[in-house]
Amino acid sequence: MPVKGWIEVDERYCKGCELCISECPQNVLALDLDHLTPKGYHPVMLKMEGCTGCGICAIMCPEAALTVYREVPQKAAQAVQPSGG
Amino acid sequence: MVTTATPVQVVYKRPASLSDTPTHYCPGCTHGIAHRLIAEVMDEMNIRERAIGVAPVGCSVFAYNYFTCDFVEAAHGRAPAMATGIKRVLPDRVVFTYQGDGDMASIGMSEIVHAAGRGENITVIFINNAIYGMTGGQMAPTSLPGQKTTSSPTGRDVESMGFPMKMAELLSQLEGAGYVVRRSLHDPKNIRMAKKAIRLAFETQIRGLGFSMVELLSTCNTNWGVSVLEAMQYLKDHMLPVYPIGDYKVSPALENLRV
Ligand SMILES: Cc1ncc(C[n+]2csc(CCOP(=O)(O)OP(=O)(O)O)c2C)c(N)n1
Ligand code: SF4
Ligand code: SF4
Repeated sequence: MPVKGWIEVDERYCKGCELCISECPQNVLALDLDHLTPKGYHPVMLKMEGCTGCGICAIMCPEAALTVYREVPQKAAQAVQPSGG
Repeated sequence: MVTTATPVQVVYKRPASLSDTPTHYCPGCTHGIAHRLIAEVMDEMNIRERAIGVAPVGCSVFAYNYFTCDFVEAAHGRAPAMATGIKRVLPDRVVFTYQGDGDMASIGMSEIVHAAGRGENITVIFINNAIYGMTGGQMAPTSLPGQKTTSSPTGRDVESMGFPMKMAELLSQLEGAGYVVRRSLHDPKNIRMAKKAIRLAFETQIRGLGFSMVELLSTCNTNWGVSVLEAMQYLKDHMLPVYPIGDYKVSPALENLRV
């Protein structure tokens, strides 16, 4: 089973530039056209399942607006230490 | 059987060396990526408390608002002179300038060349976006041959306006330079390489190996007059051939360093 991941978008920072969308290898990101940030941009969102938590979107983001999480597969859980950044 | 919640790993989070202030940069501007990389490296090396940045004049004039380390603001082009003074008075600090191509390769050409020539133990993060962003898209010394800007509306004519200034190549010729490289911010692989170079530049300074500079090929979608994604493509298609990515000077003392 593929690794399950997800992102959190901080709407104070996201400017809807789409750089993360263009580089997402799973093609699971899109702008949320029903929603505006306080600055007036459409923020990015997960549009469907399939995020693996690879973190490539966060490598592209000029605003450091993304936090990326992934579930640690049970087998590897003991080996992997949670790390930030 | 006891069921436990699946452990969750934080793959990425906003670096602590960035402040909470949202940037004023245009959406998709690579200044933000460069800021983020510097902050990530400061976090990883745990040097935020002893780092001092010197901000330029240009779109990144407010860089001091976006980091949680100490920062000062220099007059246009004079960041290397200010960094020199700070580093000489406080040699235990990690001192870096952040400069655009108008700031560093035009009005500040003298300061940067002499700082490199003197082998000042400072680090320079050089943003080459081939244009003056802040003032409305005028030609920079780094603008490409044929590039249309508001002050070269029919394209940069090298006969009358000269050739692009290749700052990494130029500064690498000076004996005081310990680490001079060019990287690009147009895709994830290159951004990773850029981050590693920033790390090595700070390592150069900490080891007292002389002047270090990382030139970062960047975009200005607003003044190039294209979309965010078109700007990344333009960088790849038109800037990379003129400004090859590479290590132009690496002090032998750094060769075995793995980061
Ligand atoms: C002494 C002085 N001369 C000229 C200016 C006008 N000026 C402000 S920013 C700038 C150039 C900025 O271009 P660059 O360094 O490439 O930075 P960018 O805005 O593209 O990030 C100029 C000429 C000034 N502020 N001060
Ligand atoms: S790269 Fe960052 S700022 Fe741009 S759309 Fe994605 S999350 Fe928002
Ligand atoms: S004008 Fe250009 S360099 Fe300045 S913030 Fe906008 S995109 Fe970036």
